[in-house]
Amino acid sequence: MKLKKGIPVIDQGDKLGFWGGKFGGNFVPETLKKPIEDLEILFNKLKKDKKFINERDKYFKNWVGSPTRFIKLENLTEHVGGAQIWSKVVSDANGGAHKIYNATVHCLLAKRSGKKVICGDTGAGYAGKMLSMAAKKFGLKCKIFMGVKDIQRQQPNVRAMKKNGAEVIPVYSGSQTLVDAVSECMRYWVANCDKVAMCVGSTVGPAVFVRICGWSTSQISRELKTQLVDEFGSIPKKLKLYNCVGGGSSSFGFWNEFMDYDKKQCEFIGVEAGGPAKSKKHAAPLTYGSKIGILHGAAQYVNQNTDGQIEETESISAGLDYPGISPLHCFLKDTKRARYIAASDEEALNAYKLVTKFEKLKPSLEPSHAFSVAIAEAKRFSEDTIVVVNSCGDAYKDRAIIERRLGKKYV
Amino acid sequence: MSNLISYAFKKAKSEKRPALLTYTVAGDSSKKQSLEILKSISKKVDILEIGVPHNTPVADGSQIQTSSYRAIKNGIKVNDIFKIVKDFKKFDKYKPVILMGYYNMIFQYGENKFLRKCKISGVNGLIVVDLPWPENKKFASKCKKKSIFFIQLLSPTTTKNRLKNIIKDSHEMIYFISMLSTTGGKLKVSSKEILFNYDKIKKINPKKNVVIGFGITEKTIKSLKKADGLVVGSAICREITNSLKKRQNPVTNVYNVVNRLKNKIK
Repeated sequence: MKLKKGIPVIDQGDKLGFWGGKFGGNFVPETLKKPIEDLEILFNKLKKDKKFINERDKYFKNWVGSPTRFIKLENLTEHVGGAQIWSKVVSDANGGAHKIYNATVHCLLAKRSGKKVICGDTGAGYAGKMLSMAAKKFGLKCKIFMGVKDIQRQQPNVRAMKKNGAEVIPVYSGSQTLVDAVSECMRYWVANCDKVAMCVGSTVGPAVFVRICGWSTSQISRELKTQLVDEFGSIPKKLKLYNCVGGGSSSFGFWNEFMDYDKKQCEFIGVEAGGPAKSKKHAAPLTYGSKIGILHGAAQYVNQNTDGQIEETESISAGLDYPGISPLHCFLKDTKRARYIAASDEEALNAYKLVTKFEKLKPSLEPSHAFSVAIAEAKRFSEDTIVVVNSCGDAYKDRAIIERRLGKKYV
Repeated sequence: MSNLISYAFKKAKSEKRPALLTYTVAGDSSKKQSLEILKSISKKVDILEIGVPHNTPVADGSQIQTSSYRAIKNGIKVNDIFKIVKDFKKFDKYKPVILMGYYNMIFQYGENKFLRKCKISGVNGLIVVDLPWPENKKFASKCKKKSIFFIQLLSPTTTKNRLKNIIKDSHEMIYFISMLSTTGGKLKVSSKEILFNYDKIKKINPKKNVVIGFGITEKTIKSLKKADGLVVGSAICREITNSLKKRQNPVTNVYNVVNRLKNKIK
């Protein structure tokens, strides 16, 4: 299995949509074959269309708010000692997280295809919130599927979705989290694909959704590349990019433009959710060596039992609480381009404490996982090493959890 | 290639009626009871579809989901399902059995091992909901080598070109999904429209046995009588759920539903 240079990773899949011959694909009911093919044709055409790209860039700039900041965390760097710690503050984006990129592109595609309704899944509520914002912006009706457990723990985002006019549909099946929300959303699409567009909230699902999402979030690394050159005159010789990985959309977008650099120069570190320290459950299929299986239309490493039933996950962060992982990350792992490691709930909370103590930055629980590993490793690196953490979400949505776990003063 | 499924269609045709196919989930509500249900409905049904329950089913509506979760909760494993088929076949050797499920279950078991077990336990056909054409080509030909029908699915969204290709690669039985829906949805198109699409498929190759499924209940079954076969699934799963709620015997209640269905297409 080999990563090719000079070809975007999203386009390195084979005819049937498999990366490295075995990750991804289209394991979907027959009914979805046609709508998926239609979307593929549309996307392949538009991603080469200058007018469409200009339109995307216009919305990214004027509405999403690009570029998001790239800042040095001076105090944290000093406290930790070792590498310079920087952050790409993607939570600056309109709505407070990277999910806005994918949501915007899906709404633009839905408009082009003449669909008037868009449906989507959400875990932490960010994908849903952003889709509801984008749908409102582009005049589309919006339906969001969300597990009941997530609705309870991510209320601020639920309120935001409703305020934007979206219908939030509670999902009661299974573990009542993201995995079930995605299933229910796909089922809804199966029944309504003639009139409704679907947005999958991360780089997961049938191949075309993986590609669209990766193409959209790559805005993050496009910005970062320019910002690095502005700051250092060129791409630093020792660059380490830390990002949390749930489905894998923010991390893929954070890394994409640096894919062709030697990994000795630009190293990618993906941080999965290890779950509570005392629990056996986790949401870290790459770190803990889960087997390949099929989930939501794609072959990927996924937490499952020997029979092939998908296993329940556990994580303090709703956005990382997913048993599978993007086929793109499976591919990056097996080609050894990226390295994956897990952080526990407790480690993420400690990192949140440390970052908020030293900096004017409130990363949500998802990027707090990435901060945890970045801080631990930065100590060992030399001063000329540039550690960048993607702060891809804002902690506003996690207030209730943070207050419960750490006390009021951290909110 | 010919197997018990072909005979079942021949027999129904000789009686000038569509074949009746039922779908029940293996292990719903228990291993023992699901076997009892199969035994009790066997003489009224031409082909038995047995669901392999999966916990992330992307094409099933709430009725089949409920049945599947119940079966999984009660501990059903793939090996138990083969045992149920084997035990059933001891009871009624000539009744064709089709396993229906999602690909991950087969993938984890190993394709070859899964097919060997199918053969040993007496499975006659397979429906894999999320392994569409052309992705299923290799697996379908493995099935053929073992004289097990791989049943291709067609939907109202299947394009004309695709229809032709899939039918060409199909074995003797084809499953036509009546409408855009998950299983158990309310029939939202007219039977006339469904039969119009059905005819399009039959015209391409009249020799294939085409069954219609999704949205078929006691109310709708008669209007689709013209088809080679009709599948009822969610209505039966719902009956099991309701029986459990009312503390009645699902075996008798399911038998009664199936009996009424059969009478409507005689």
